[in-house]
Amino acid sequence: MSDAPPRTRDDETLAQATSGEYRWGFVTDIESESPPRGHSEGVVRYVSHKKEEPDWLLDWRLKAYRHWLTMKEPTWPKVTYPPIDYAGIFYYAAPKGTSGKPKSLDEVDPELLKTYEKLGIPLKERAALAGVAVDAVFDSVSVATSYKSKLAELGIVFCSFSEAVREHGDLVRRWLGSVVPSTDNYFATLNSAFFSDGSFVYVPKGVRCPMELSTYFRINAAETGQFERTLIVADEGAYVSYLEGCTAPKRDENQLHAAVVELVALDGAEIKYSTVQNWYPGDKDGRGGIYNFVTKRGACRGRRSKISWTQVETGSAITWKYPSCILQGDESVGEFYSVALANHRQQADTGTKMVHVGRNTRSTIVSKGISAGHGQNTYRGLVRVLKGAEGARNYTQCDSLLMGDRCGAHTFPYVEVRNPTARVEHEASTSKIGEDQIFYCNQRGIPAEDAVNMIVNGFCKEVFRELPMEFAVEAQKLLAVSLEGSVG
Amino acid sequence: MLEIVGLRARVGGKEILRGVDLTVRAGEVHAIMGPNGSGKSTLAGVLAGRETYEVAGGTVTLDGKDLLGLAPEERSWAGVFLGFQYPVEIPGVTNATFLRAALNARRRRRGEPELDAVDFLALVRRKMKALEMDEAFLHRSLNEGFSGGEKKRNEILQMTLLEPRLALLDETDSGLDIDALRVVAGGVNALRAPDRAIVLVTHYQRLLDYVAPDRVHVLSQGRIVLSGGPELAKELEKKGYGWLQTAGTAGAPARS
Repeated sequence: MSDAPPRTRDDETLAQATSGEYRWGFVTDIESESPPRGHSEGVVRYVSHKKEEPDWLLDWRLKAYRHWLTMKEPTWPKVTYPPIDYAGIFYYAAPKGTSGKPKSLDEVDPELLKTYEKLGIPLKERAALAGVAVDAVFDSVSVATSYKSKLAELGIVFCSFSEAVREHGDLVRRWLGSVVPSTDNYFATLNSAFFSDGSFVYVPKGVRCPMELSTYFRINAAETGQFERTLIVADEGAYVSYLEGCTAPKRDENQLHAAVVELVALDGAEIKYSTVQNWYPGDKDGRGGIYNFVTKRGACRGRRSKISWTQVETGSAITWKYPSCILQGDESVGEFYSVALANHRQQADTGTKMVHVGRNTRSTIVSKGISAGHGQNTYRGLVRVLKGAEGARNYTQCDSLLMGDRCGAHTFPYVEVRNPTARVEHEASTSKIGEDQIFYCNQRGIPAEDAVNMIVNGFCKEVFRELPMEFAVEAQKLLAVSLEGSVG
Repeated sequence: MLEIVGLRARVGGKEILRGVDLTVRAGEVHAIMGPNGSGKSTLAGVLAGRETYEVAGGTVTLDGKDLLGLAPEERSWAGVFLGFQYPVEIPGVTNATFLRAALNARRRRRGEPELDAVDFLALVRRKMKALEMDEAFLHRSLNEGFSGGEKKRNEILQMTLLEPRLALLDETDSGLDIDALRVVAGGVNALRAPDRAIVLVTHYQRLLDYVAPDRVHVLSQGRIVLSGGPELAKELEKKGYGWLQTAGTAGAPARS
């Protein structure tokens, strides 16, 4: 018995094309139905079975699920939303069929298309982003393939999570859950039980990945579902820059997104992880929109390793996310650069955790929160220096920019220092885009919207310059679009 | 060129301008003087379109076209420039970014090609040299941490870049030491041109030692109570504004 829509021939073609299985001639029993709504051990087993996972992974999922049943949803974030009906969710959305999707661009919300146009997204990609079935997805197969062979020559593994489980099981088994344990927190644990798919990256010893890795190029990224799981391992002396997301607002039926991202950097390794998040934020009155409850954490395991998070968060109705660094290796470095925007009725509770374990570890936090409309933006950050972290240093800068008088900015910095040699600095500022600033710009011939964009970009500059070039340009445009209509 | 007739304006319900009449012809420099609170800055703000001022009556035309119906940026495009008494700071936005945005907004409007970074730099460097400004200014956030004199110089720089038809300088001389005053005055003099009008709003005669006005007007209690040539400024400097309260009332309506 199932509430899922019946599957059709087209569904299967698409499922094959988008699951990554098609290219490898991997055949699954696509005739069988999706499990019913709600969670149970049976559903966990079903997911694992559908993905033909080894027993160890099933056990791992089950352990997470059993633990999740004992947990309570956190209430400490400064966000409000109606209770989530966990029994009403589909925990395994098989590659989606065409039934619920628009058949062509003509059926897509014109507002969404206008946004794509403003962002300068090529026509053929707009269809794929809007969730229109087929074409554009097929187009990118060749791109993805040539890209992959180049990486393979260097021994770099970059593939979907499911594929990694099949092809690189030993690597996955070794590192999965080593940074975010399966019992870590309510949403991460839920993810551990039901994760659908995601990305896996392994960069071998001494290899510098020659290109930015982006999920954008991976065709199966479109169907990763609501419980995405990403694992990136940089072996000794390796370097990798990973770009997550896309500036275009993605159409998605799932309201709850609980992703987990784990990063591991060994001796001398460096991982740069950049995110542009622009999930559907809901309408102006706060109807609809994605709940983005993400656990992102990196472990600087090795000496002189470095992990750098850069995020531009403009989407989602609610964002709950604290990309963190565990600085275990001596002289390891953690960085967090963030722009978070809350416009209309959006709520963001985001920040970072820097845990200094090793000696002479250093961390930098630069957080830029923008609130407009009725948006509520909270920075929540923890700097923890453990006893053994001799000579640890942290610098935190936390700035809020307010537009209008109905929005809010909140700052919760937590600092715990157990080593007297540590140096922790915190700077914070709150400013408002003032009438006088706008008038000054107007007087010089700069219209209000351009003035706001200029002021906001100036405010975010320190974060944008951490982004890879083309991402930075997109991020600027994205902010402009997200703030449209918030002045005047 | 600029024609103000019976201009009345309020701030928060309080009438500040009570019927200002003023005509400024192209090529002229006018000084508007007056005691604190006489409405000098309000007049400059109203002409530039500041929203805090509510126009209660009268007309303002520039080259025969109504100015009061235009948005502030439209007035700017029409050639109105206001040098601010208190230039605004915008953190994170460099002076260069701001200046180029302002210049290109105007060029777009006129259907001219936008200046790229190279051409813009060449232009702005030339202008800065004339104002004895260090190039480092370009890379600092707009007016942030600028001294009073630096801010005023920056206003003059913007003016020379934007080449306005009507330049209103609101207390541009205040807070300047003598060297800065000389530089700023030099900038203003360099902009004197047959097709341009300049209105200096000032409390003191000081600036007028360097920029010789064609006409001087005294604003008091929201009206122009006295107009004359450059000698009027000297007289005010000697006697202050107090004597106007008695002498000036002859032809003016009684005050409450």
